[in-house]
Amino acid sequence: MFLTITTTGTPERPATDLGYLLHKHPEKSQAFSTSYGKAHVLYPEADAERCAAALLLEVDAVALVRRGKGKGRGGAPDAALAQYVNDRPYAASSLLAVALSAVFSSAMRGVCNARPERAAQPLPLRIEVPALPARGGPELVRRLFEPLGWAVTAEPVPLDVRFPEWGDSRYVRLVLESEALTLAEALRHLYVLLPVLDDAKHYWVSSDEVDKLLRAGEGWLPDHPEQKLITSRYLSRRWSLTREAMERLELVRLAEADDSEVEDIDNAVEAESEVEEKPTPLAVQRRDAIIAALKASGAARVLDLGCGQGQLVQALLKDPAFTEIVGVDVSMRALTIAGRRLKLDRMGERQASRVKLFQGSLAYTDNRLKGYDAAVLSEVIEHLDLPRLPALEYAVFGSARPRTVLVTTPNVEYNVRWESLPAGHVRHGDHRFEWTRDEFRAWATAVAERHGYGVQFVPVGPDDPEVGPPTQMAIFEMNTADMNTGTQNNLNDEKKEAKAA
Amino acid sequence: MSETTQAPQGRVLPVTDLSLVVLVGASGSGKSTFARRHFKPTEVISSDFCRGLVSDDENDQSATRDAFDVLHYIAGKRLAAGRCTVVDATSVQQDARRQLIDLAKRYDVLPIAIVLDVPEEVCAERNAARTDRADMPRRVIQRHIRELRRSVRQLEREGFRKVHVLRGVEDVENATVVTEKRFNDLTHLTGPFDIVGDIHGCASELETLLGKLGYVDGAHPDGRTAVFVGDLVDRGPDSPGVLRRVMSMVKSGNALCVPGNHENKYGRYLKGRKVQHTHGLAETIEQMEGESEEFRAEVREFIDGLVSHYVLDGGRLVVCHAGLPEKYHGRTSGRVRSHALYGDTTGETDEFGLPVRYPWAEDYRGRAAVVYGHTPVPEATWLNNTICLDTGAVFGGKLTALRWPERELVDVPAEKVWYEPARPLRSEAPGGHDGRPLDLADVHGRRVVETRHQGRVSIREENAAAALEVMSRFAVDPRLLPYLPPTMAPTATSHIEGYLEHPAEAFAQYAQDGVERVVCEEKHMGSRAVALVCRDAEAARKRFGVDGPTGSLNTRTGRPFFDDESVTETILERVRAAAGEAGLWDDLETDWLLLDAELMPWSLKASGLLRSQYAAVGAASGAAFPGALAALEGAAARGVDVSDLLARQRERASDAAAFTEAYRRYCWTTDGLDGVRLAPFQILAVQGRSLAALPHDEQLALLDRLVEHDGSGLLQTTRRLYVDTGDPESVRAGVDWWLEMTGRGGEGMVVKPLGAVVRSGEGRLVQPGIKCRGREYLRIIYGPEYTRPDNLDRLRKRFLNHKRSLAIREYALGLEALDRLAEGEPLWRVHEAVFGVLALESEPVDPRL
Repeated sequence: MFLTITTTGTPERPATDLGYLLHKHPEKSQAFSTSYGKAHVLYPEADAERCAAALLLEVDAVALVRRGKGKGRGGAPDAALAQYVNDRPYAASSLLAVALSAVFSSAMRGVCNARPERAAQPLPLRIEVPALPARGGPELVRRLFEPLGWAVTAEPVPLDVRFPEWGDSRYVRLVLESEALTLAEALRHLYVLLPVLDDAKHYWVSSDEVDKLLRAGEGWLPDHPEQKLITSRYLSRRWSLTREAMERLELVRLAEADDSEVEDIDNAVEAESEVEEKPTPLAVQRRDAIIAALKASGAARVLDLGCGQGQLVQALLKDPAFTEIVGVDVSMRALTIAGRRLKLDRMGERQASRVKLFQGSLAYTDNRLKGYDAAVLSEVIEHLDLPRLPALEYAVFGSARPRTVLVTTPNVEYNVRWESLPAGHVRHGDHRFEWTRDEFRAWATAVAERHGYGVQFVPVGPDDPEVGPPTQMAIFEMNTADMNTGTQNNLNDEKKEAKAA
Repeated sequence: MSETTQAPQGRVLPVTDLSLVVLVGASGSGKSTFARRHFKPTEVISSDFCRGLVSDDENDQSATRDAFDVLHYIAGKRLAAGRCTVVDATSVQQDARRQLIDLAKRYDVLPIAIVLDVPEEVCAERNAARTDRADMPRRVIQRHIRELRRSVRQLEREGFRKVHVLRGVEDVENATVVTEKRFNDLTHLTGPFDIVGDIHGCASELETLLGKLGYVDGAHPDGRTAVFVGDLVDRGPDSPGVLRRVMSMVKSGNALCVPGNHENKYGRYLKGRKVQHTHGLAETIEQMEGESEEFRAEVREFIDGLVSHYVLDGGRLVVCHAGLPEKYHGRTSGRVRSHALYGDTTGETDEFGLPVRYPWAEDYRGRAAVVYGHTPVPEATWLNNTICLDTGAVFGGKLTALRWPERELVDVPAEKVWYEPARPLRSEAPGGHDGRPLDLADVHGRRVVETRHQGRVSIREENAAAALEVMSRFAVDPRLLPYLPPTMAPTATSHIEGYLEHPAEAFAQYAQDGVERVVCEEKHMGSRAVALVCRDAEAARKRFGVDGPTGSLNTRTGRPFFDDESVTETILERVRAAAGEAGLWDDLETDWLLLDAELMPWSLKASGLLRSQYAAVGAASGAAFPGALAALEGAAARGVDVSDLLARQRERASDAAAFTEAYRRYCWTTDGLDGVRLAPFQILAVQGRSLAALPHDEQLALLDRLVEHDGSGLLQTTRRLYVDTGDPESVRAGVDWWLEMTGRGGEGMVVKPLGAVVRSGEGRLVQPGIKCRGREYLRIIYGPEYTRPDNLDRLRKRFLNHKRSLAIREYALGLEALDRLAEGEPLWRVHEAVFGVLALESEPVDPRL
């Protein structure tokens, strides 16, 4: 909520010209109302040699929460606790950027009727932002500002000096120095890059951000090496705004009830994954292997248990051999994204009749899952705590009992072949375990034994002679003798009686 | 039933109370008038009405098909709900009736036909008088009557179990309908009952058991009624003796009996049918050879008259031989009888050549207890409110009876192995031992949970969805999660200067609720924890069906506190040791304790939140203020007037520093379990008992003993002060205590009625606790600057009603879970209430309350 802009000068070109350029008188302290509180401009120093302007935004934290947002039941504001205690009043966040553009709008456009020639010229500038939230740390701060001609000093701020083990906070103390930029350029850099560096959690961004970005980025953004990151972060804030506002807060509340961060709970879908990315080669190989196994089994009605964002469902839909495809996931967010991916609301009736998505859980038996030809559990079991695995086993093999079950899971032995994976780490933050080939085989064989299935194992991805494939797949086929397990009510009494104990 | 014969005046038409009544008659024969006169308006569904529903025209014949779809749909819903239903349509065509008979069969109710055979002229006259039917061609009525006449003879063959034919207008006018109860409906009998398992000719054991139950010569001095679940005969030494005893008791009104498959087969033998003399039938036949022809005839009659199952005691009890799913209770059809006699077999046979039975009891979710036999098991155990009493007396096991409503088991051992079993007795009760999960239908979607303390508590679909996600992905096994703590409402907003919450309001609120004595308990600065501590792994296996863990330690959303199970076990071990030293296992007669507690420090669990949220605010403010203050001071030094702004910023800086101090109190460094503390404040339940209603002073006395005997330094006491809400002196002491505690940086306190579960004068549950949070602690909740007077003014406009209602609903669900646990109810019932608490936690309510 605070930054200073300092310049130096000579008797011919006094530093106090900064006052003209900013359209704010150095001998006064001026206050401006903005949507988030009062912005003050004042000058701690102002003489011909050195002039410093300070922008201080007094954020009204209580009002911040009360604005906008519909009222919840009982008149309570329907918002997450995280909104009430946050760094907005202190950190140089996007709020400060908004204030900057409101208070210095002419300066940002380079308009200065009193000193038009100075507005167009570079001047020595030193900008200090003592508490800049910077997702990406000092390193990214440098990557963003240095290409623009700034000499950057970015020091991380420790989280709490009392607890050094907590490490650094996401704030840096930033000092920018340059003699090659105009004031307008400097302000526009700040206007765009403060929010880009800020954490993505906002609730108060207006809707015409694209235009604003284009205007403020004129002349520097197109050639910036980090243009893609800047653009996507700047605009993704808006997306996350709508997401936070539109989507359900139930999980947020459960996270808060438990003093956890919502990201720890609502993590079934990776944060960045909504952006349509090229799937990794392994994901493609896995999908191909699954589809091949399904085709080989002759399955027409298929369950995708733990369908995630629906990539497999989407692939199966392309093959008319699959007459009914059911995607089940426990995460409502995953289902929402899967529904969007499949464009369910725009799908033709015939196509739509082949696909269903619903919330379900493999920790419970579920009658809706009975009677299918095949079930796929692709990269699912490793997301369960080991003690809960018997429940999944019973729900799938004991209760749903499809003829064919495909289970894929990472082969932990292969992890040494991932260059990017630190030793001893699992491949995904939510993996509760990763198995060796032997461990997986032992589990799958025992499951098959207990439930009357036969099982074979198929490598997915390059089968390394030493550590095996990156993904292991088990194909379970129900033993023919156990096929006839549907309830038969129509046995005649005589026959029953003969058998009755 | 045969066609009822003509009576001169006022025919009486018996109609079974749960049946599908089909009126058969031509257009204009007076069906609607008849239906109106004899049935409730909601019982009657007319095809004309349904035509109107789908086409806006009751006479639009083109809508007939859709109209009947609707009619069948409504009738199906009514029959499924067990409501008598009357179909008012012509039903003169066999095809139309067949659909209705199928419908009756699908819902296992009796189809009954009432035929209105009225002359063509009368029908025509009546139709002519109605504007909407005036132009109905005469030939339509003629066709109806022709079809009706053709139908009448074949109605019984079509499947109608009662057929009443009313001929002529007068017959129709004078008839009266009387409702008959179903044979299986003995809901008016309340017992008490002694339900006896499969006897199989073990006459001597039967006499011993009856004696043990208190029967003297087939009658009980206290008027109890014996109920036999069938399989009286075959295999054993004295089937005639058993039959004689049971038949005489039934005859004298001292007993009820349902048929087993063995009686059924013997009955068929007696009727001369060809049956195989296997499974012990040969023995019965031989023993009965020695009896008189007269006795055999009595037996045949007795078996013939047995009703497949009984619904007793106001619908709370169902007795049958082989078990019965809820949808068959009180129903009458071939398949109901078949299930009652034989159960539901899967069609497979096991390695002993015996049929594999479908485990219907596993799916059972009914409220009525189902008591049955048929499948020999070593021990009679409850599963989902069902119990099998066949404990294999004839195979050398025991003969078991269940006292109802006491739910006590009484048994006598077999005198010998009378018959070698084809396979060893084994328990088929699934229990939790092999990790069988609960069913999604028990928790998913919009639900209403019945609670003892607060009636029906509803759970919205979106909240259940969120709970499902957390429960499935993060929570421990439901078997180890018999409780989740409810949320707690804060005290009413204080108007004392500088305070948002103050205990004076809490005392006043309880005084107003009529609660005279309260306990103030120190609010610990940690995370809520529920600890289930079993005496040993065996106790955990026996009561909770888990192999391995000796309990659990969960957060308030059911997540395990520690990823590492061995850490949890170490904590449980320490609590267990303290409980042993304190003698709690013996004093409370239990093998396990369920504790509500606080685990400290807060930073142990909430470190992620602390870093991203609280410490971040501290770091940002700490970094920003020095520069801002220096800038302001610089401007002031230059003579710029910034005095107000500077003063304000200084205050803000000091508020932010106070905030940092506030959260720091909840953080300390732990190394392994060193530095970890557990402060139990309530024993929620022990074996067979919920202790939720134990007064808090007694609770705390028990817990003090536990803490005292802890040698590990884990357990921490809960400081407390008792206050009389009506005594100003005592109230002042309570306020001072709070001021002193929070002044030293304490989180605050919780005020609870001493009596724990308390109702107000109007009978509503009062809040089980009210939290009064300290002034400094609230900075963490409301922000660093909340104490500024203008901020406090705005924050005082907070709304507590929803939070209070939520707290009461969650509390009721929590109590319900404990009661269900204590009463040994099936796991799904306990889990339903626990899941409800979690779901409600996701309701929208101001999170700062």
